[in-house]
Amino acid sequence: MKLRSRYLALKVDSPGRFSSREIMEALWSALLRLFGEYGASRTGLRLIDYDEMNHVAIVHVSHKEVETIRAAVASITQIESKPAAVHIIAVSGTIKALRTKLKANAKRISPNMQQ
Amino acid sequence: MRRIFADLHLKPNLADMELAERMLRRAAYFGYRLVSVPLAPTLTLSQNKQLIEQLTALSKEVGLDFVSRLDVKPKTSNELLRILRRFRRSFEIIAVFCESKAVARQAAKDRRVDLLNFSSDPRKRFFDEAEAELASRGLAALEIDIESIIRLEGAARVKLLAALRKEAAIAKAFNVPVVVSSGASEELTMRRPLEAAALTMLFDMDRSLALDAISKVPAAIVKRNREKLSPEFISPGIRLIRRGKDC
Repeated sequence: MKLRSRYLALKVDSPGRFSSREIMEALWSALLRLFGEYGASRTGLRLIDYDEMNHVAIVHVSHKEVETIRAAVASITQIESKPAAVHIIAVSGTIKALRTKLKANAKRISPNMQQ
Repeated sequence: MRRIFADLHLKPNLADMELAERMLRRAAYFGYRLVSVPLAPTLTLSQNKQLIEQLTALSKEVGLDFVSRLDVKPKTSNELLRILRRFRRSFEIIAVFCESKAVARQAAKDRRVDLLNFSSDPRKRFFDEAEAELASRGLAALEIDIESIIRLEGAARVKLLAALRKEAAIAKAFNVPVVVSSGASEELTMRRPLEAAALTMLFDMDRSLALDAISKVPAAIVKRNREKLSPEFISPGIRLIRRGKDC
């Protein structure tokens, strides 16, 4: 049976700059802290793309685990000991649709949310 | 119908109005429409009134509906009653931070109290069956701040989540409404409405109840109190329609 996917666009909100590895480490660490290895293993989390300029990461997750990821993402307060928050700014079933949503969202990003 | 999301507990340091403005802007960007910044009973009524006017103007500028709120931290039940007598008609929301069981019980049964808030220390949380029973007969709702969940780590967070799980189950059993607020004192601890709802899954709150806790429940409390504070209000269900000799 083919598992359905969801693609999430994550916006990293922090005065610091991070690499994709550091962001994924923070995500995995939050997931493991809240849901353990069993819970984390069900999410199918993997990085698809990271736009370092805009601090936006695209990740793949199982469609049943979007809320698990949302809770884990919301619990992040630091990345590499620097204050940070990560927000899910768009969710879609395909990468193409997600990128279209991101383009539409980019027009309404407030000035103080831009990095 | 689209939900109207509310965050009734933004806690910027009001000495820094720029921070307050940034937080209000962010709340609007996150999709909230109803927000509140608590004021303290230590300020005079005129100081509070001035702050409410400033915050209302800032909120209006970014498309938010500002709700005036007073946070009280009484040491005794008598102090709580004194504060309620003095301030109830000046604020749309009154939240009581219950530091003792006696205060928690008095706040739960007093119909002038809107929100019951507790410490993040599970030993100082007094929302048990008796408290819920009193609250279900009154109008008070249980307020849960998500900042304490995201700030704590390790054993402290585990203990808090266990306490919240028990409280959410008790509130559901006794039909006590739950309000989920951010409790954020800085921009980086603010969360989007769906993120706040997702965090409630950590203490096993139903998703529909969680969504209501950030939308319908706070909106209903604000609506009820605005009606009560309006000059046309006479008593629940009765309001003045028209004044004059030809009535």
